[in-house]
Amino acid sequence: MSELSVNHLLGIKYLQSEDIELIFKTADHFKEVINRPIKKVPSLRDITIANLFFENSTRTKLSFELAEKRLSADVVNFSAAQSSVKKGETLVDTVNNILSMKVDMVVMRHPNPGAGVFLSKHINASIINAGDGAHEHPTQALLDSYSIRERLGEVAGKNIVIVGDILHSRVALSNIFALKKQGANVKLCGPKTLIPKHIEKLGVTVETNLRKALEWADVANMLRIQNERLDISYFPSTREYTQQFGVTKELLNSLDKELVIMHPGPINRGVEITSDVADSDQAIILNQVENGVAIRMAVIYLLASKIKQL
Amino acid sequence: MTKQKVLLNSKEVNIILHRLTSQLIEKHEDFSNTVLIGIQPRGAFLARRIKALLEDFYKIPQIQLGLLDITFYRDDFRRSDKPLKANSTTINFIVEDKNVIFIDDVLYTGRSISAALTALQSFGRPKDVELLTLIDRRFSRHLPIQPTYRGRQVDVINEEKVAVQWAENGVEDTVYLISK
Repeated sequence: MSELSVNHLLGIKYLQSEDIELIFKTADHFKEVINRPIKKVPSLRDITIANLFFENSTRTKLSFELAEKRLSADVVNFSAAQSSVKKGETLVDTVNNILSMKVDMVVMRHPNPGAGVFLSKHINASIINAGDGAHEHPTQALLDSYSIRERLGEVAGKNIVIVGDILHSRVALSNIFALKKQGANVKLCGPKTLIPKHIEKLGVTVETNLRKALEWADVANMLRIQNERLDISYFPSTREYTQQFGVTKELLNSLDKELVIMHPGPINRGVEITSDVADSDQAIILNQVENGVAIRMAVIYLLASKIKQL
Repeated sequence: MTKQKVLLNSKEVNIILHRLTSQLIEKHEDFSNTVLIGIQPRGAFLARRIKALLEDFYKIPQIQLGLLDITFYRDDFRRSDKPLKANSTTINFIVEDKNVIFIDDVLYTGRSISAALTALQSFGRPKDVELLTLIDRRFSRHLPIQPTYRGRQVDVINEEKVAVQWAENGVEDTVYLISK
């Protein structure tokens, strides 16, 4: 397979396992590119990409922008804080206005789940979902799997536990889809209040005891406690959460294996993981960030190659 | 119906490889400031052969060989019907101030070499760049690019294809002319 089966990256749900493999193989080449003295290729010099961020983001936006620039695309940035969205313009109108300026591809983060899917039905451009509410964050899941593949050789057959706030996490959902498509075993661990009911239907298991989950796992993906999304109290206190679901060096050392620790960032040091865990050799958190640029270059490149020249 | 005709058999390919290697030695002597770069994917076979000849037959040690993929530098991205498939690039040396010899099997339009020249800039500023090619398809160039070392010059019409097969792929070294 040398072409993606989709024209947009709206979610991992819509990808086939062959698509994921193609994105990884392409990312391998881009990872080599971004480690050259000159980290840039001219492939997308006639493509313009709009980064539309209707919700705050620092690292994802930075990572997308770097990926776009390293492919030589022209980039325009838009964030809701300074926009006419505040004046009452609809999403389709906002995007169509931007597309009238001859934009070929849209990278969008939006607080509402399904915003990308909705947009793809109404506009004529390639769309990459950079996070839609608590729904999906496909490039994060791709770079997570890519980082596991890089550290452990392959994803298939590996045991991955996702720890934390599964309920509000788009990273968790995209990761579940991505890992299952690649044949990994997935377990979720967290307070019962933060694990959606019937989530087992996605082919995952649930464990509320962190130690048991870590004993089973090859990789632990530690999610951030998203205080900004916790509208009501889901656990008594941050301190109690840390005692039950925080990973410490002592806990890691008491396991008889080298567990790989991941975190999508930003880390709340001392909450999900302690500083010595975050900075240890077992953590691949900064590798994830580096791989994020290569993965996003691969996704953008592969989608752009489907936009045919007139 | 496709017809194929042998342009060069394995004995002829072997003689040409020795001649090209000798020409390289005449110019670059001990290769202390010279590196070979094979253009992926098909130039890699020829480049490895030349390196092996230089080291094993002509006893020049430590020839530096890199492989350069030009996919992301091609000028037909989004223009061809087939998606472009990338290959790996491995250049584990500094190109700055080196004499670089590009190696590719067939020189046709010159567009690959043009892309390779752009790609090479990402690895530094070479002292000079030469081009070695096994087959030079005359009269088919789109760009002003000519080989420094050529194995055999052939006159081929555009509908015809020149295919190089290497022993590494389980067949004898042969160069075919394929016409539809």
